[in-house]
Amino acid sequence: MNDNPLFTLASYFLVLSLFAIGGAVAAIPEIHRVAVETMHWMSDREFADSFAIAQLSPGPNVLIVTLIGYHVAGLAGAGVATLAMCGPTCVMAYFLARTWNRFRMARWRIAVQAGLVPVSLGLFAASAFIVARAADSNVLAVIVTVATAAIVYFTRISPLWLFAMGGLFGLTGWL
Amino acid sequence: MSKPAEPEPAAPNPGQAERARPSLAELFIAFVAVALSGFGGALPWARRMIVERKRWMTAEEFNDDFALSQFLPGPNVVNFSVVFGSRFGGWAGAVVAFAGLMGPPLVIVTVLGVLYAQFGDLAVLSRILTGITAAAAGLILATTVKMAIPLVKQPQVWPKAVALVAFAAIGLIRWPLPVVLIALMPVAILLAWFWPASRIQPK
Repeated sequence: MNDNPLFTLASYFLVLSLFAIGGAVAAIPEIHRVAVETMHWMSDREFADSFAIAQLSPGPNVLIVTLIGYHVAGLAGAGVATLAMCGPTCVMAYFLARTWNRFRMARWRIAVQAGLVPVSLGLFAASAFIVARAADSNVLAVIVTVATAAIVYFTRISPLWLFAMGGLFGLTGWL
Repeated sequence: MSKPAEPEPAAPNPGQAERARPSLAELFIAFVAVALSGFGGALPWARRMIVERKRWMTAEEFNDDFALSQFLPGPNVVNFSVVFGSRFGGWAGAVVAFAGLMGPPLVIVTVLGVLYAQFGDLAVLSRILTGITAAAAGLILATTVKMAIPLVKQPQVWPKAVALVAFAAIGLIRWPLPVVLIALMPVAILLAWFWPASRIQPK
């Protein structure tokens, strides 16, 4: 076995990227399982904090992987984890871009796409559950989560305002 | 053969005859702008930039290419940057679009990560982050509800069952994702093959 943490990060995120059906958010329960429960790279609290920091940064949701890589192996870890998570499917995307439209109406493509929708829905629900469980230690925190969900659902307000409100609530020390 | 429902209704886009082709520099700058304005997911910003502002693609073309990016595993918007970049600039375009989308956020999030490593123990910071995470969990919850509504409205039972099994196996029992997907995906795809939505839904 290779004990180099960069090797561990690369091999883990290379495999995970192939199973991230629905994108980075769908992979969060699995990242939590490995980073917190199996590999003990970080505590539940550190995972939740990393998730918050990734959400605070502009850009794609995949950035939580960058933070985990940084936590495990510094700057090199950040780069390796991010490239491993993005690389395999980007290469596939590049080669499929040419042939994709040929399969537009193919029955297998429609079946695969329709089959994956409920799978990613289940993963998103698990993701919301895992993050809420890590963050919401009392009733008030649960209320912040549910209220934020309702505001996002019914309005088009920027998430930054909601993060600011959540941060203010957190500052009171009631959560 | 009955036509399947398109994933998203495509709006008509006038003026597609005089669409411009972006240079590599324009591609890079456009994706930097998408990355830096995209809080809580970059997709709506990518659509706004490419379809509405720059008119590099029609809404249909965007939906088609984005469907490919969602069809593949991995981060959707990142996949999309590669598909879009390669359409307009081959492999160089793909690299440039990817670098524009990922480069600046990577620097920002790493700086925040360094600061967190320094000051993460401060009680004040920890409290603020707890509140932000509680709000961010709400963001995912809202996305989940938005995804669930069309599924609940469908007459078929199997998509609901598949979603529930995925949630329980991953969120509650905490089985490894690869194991769950290798078992569940073939079942879900076969169910979709034999009971597609278009066959049962009234026209």
